[in-house]
Amino acid sequence: MSETSHYLCINCPLGCRLEVDADGDEVVEVRGNACKRGVEFARQEHSDPRRMVTTTVAIRGAPVARLPVATAEALPKDRVVDLCRALHQLRLEAPVAIGDVVLADALGTGVDVVATRSLERA
Amino acid sequence: MPDLHPWELPRRYDVVVVGGGPAGMAAAVGACEGGAERVLMVDREHEAGGILQQCIHHGFGLHHFKEELTGPGYAQRYLEQVLEHDIDVLTDAYVLDVDASRSVSVLSGRYGRTSVDAGAVVLAMGARERTREAIRIPGTRPSGVMTAGFAQKLVNVAGYLPGKRVAILGSGDIGLIMARRLVLEGVEVVGVFELMPHANGLTRNVVQCLHDFDIPLHLSTTVVRIHGSERVEKVTVAPVDEALRPRMHEAWDVDCDTLLVSIGLIPDNELARTLGVRLDPVTTGPVVSSTMETSRDGIFACGNTVHIHDLVDWVSQESRLAGEGAGAYASGRRQAHDNVRLVPGTNVRSCVPHTITTEREHTVYLRVTQSLAPCTLRLGDVYERPLRYVVPGEMVTVKVRPRFLESFHGGALRVDVVPREEAGRE
Repeated sequence: MSETSHYLCINCPLGCRLEVDADGDEVVEVRGNACKRGVEFARQEHSDPRRMVTTTVAIRGAPVARLPVATAEALPKDRVVDLCRALHQLRLEAPVAIGDVVLADALGTGVDVVATRSLERA
Repeated sequence: MPDLHPWELPRRYDVVVVGGGPAGMAAAVGACEGGAERVLMVDREHEAGGILQQCIHHGFGLHHFKEELTGPGYAQRYLEQVLEHDIDVLTDAYVLDVDASRSVSVLSGRYGRTSVDAGAVVLAMGARERTREAIRIPGTRPSGVMTAGFAQKLVNVAGYLPGKRVAILGSGDIGLIMARRLVLEGVEVVGVFELMPHANGLTRNVVQCLHDFDIPLHLSTTVVRIHGSERVEKVTVAPVDEALRPRMHEAWDVDCDTLLVSIGLIPDNELARTLGVRLDPVTTGPVVSSTMETSRDGIFACGNTVHIHDLVDWVSQESRLAGEGAGAYASGRRQAHDNVRLVPGTNVRSCVPHTITTEREHTVYLRVTQSLAPCTLRLGDVYERPLRYVVPGEMVTVKVRPRFLESFHGGALRVDVVPREEAGRE
């Protein structure tokens, strides 16, 4: 027995309205997509929605107060807020180089959080 | 940053670039490539990079670096190129004035007030945000009312939260992205209010920034009053009719201590104005040639100072060209004069550059007035290209090659974007 769900594709600025027929987690048919990336997005979004997370972490000894960071890969959507809470506890010390891992295996998801810029000591 | 000239700033540079954001950095590199040997880039912030430093989200560089970077990542990549080219970077400095003989008056923490003679100048000051005052929201003037971009800087760079309960007016991408940022930093976002019947930002930002966090988006609704004496206590919002007039009898109050306004950007063209360069009444930025030269000899302009972009990649591309033009000018090389004027026609709001030549290939950036899908872009009756879709929020870029214009002999070329006859075909 298949059910229809609706998603908005976030791959590109077009933002296709996707109509997805699925049997449980199994996607049977995708309609409304302008390209094949829409199908992939629908499958992922239906069974295991994930997001890239960008946020900041407190840093001392740098010319600015916050270090911008990002997940190295997409994180399960329902862990995004938890991840940011965990990052609020961190206090880093300059210098930091772009790409440095500031939190490894975040929340046990296997996803690392990395610095997205370098900050020298002020 | 290298410790340049400890005592005195050199009196003369081939090219002086005003602004060290994405436009300024690309222009400075372009100037070196265009033949300039001594290039100075001036920025008012403590470090170069401009607005990129506070745009910590992804979405930058897909075209230019062929990978998706965050704003700070993009800035760092570009700044490395600036330093490789031995460009002098003067931060914590402000350009007060540029005169027609290209004497640049600089106020700097390090050098005090000084002036520099430039062979050519590139204006790359970016844009400013429209404020509460620009749309005249009635009410008191408490603290807690600010632009979304300023709040972004507070949160992402300075490490301050703007408030605890935030309402956002305007659903442009900056407003949407700030809604998510605030939630992730532990702030409550009570809602995003949008005057128009549709979200102004990209659909994917509506999904990722609002839907993901259950932030309500109130379309056709605007803020009609701000309350509070010391601090914002609440705002009154009201739905609007078709003529965008608030229906006051349906208004309601929203408790909040902060109101962010995200209602658009305007080119920062104070210097352009004092220089008396010709401005385009639609973009409000300078009118520019195919080398991004303004109506004043040797004064070039690029980036959001000229027209508001939505992708930094195009800013870099356009600004590189401006820099190359400035570098060539300073080295005494002039390029052929433009012989074709671009005229915005049906469903085209603006075109940049304003003129092109039939000699070289050009990238033309245009904005449409209305959404269409699918449609056709037409250059006079000499060239047409199908487009999958156009929306006002997304700039359209089109490469104009000399062969398109082989059969064109007029002086003015009309640019139209019209519905496609055989709809539905890719």
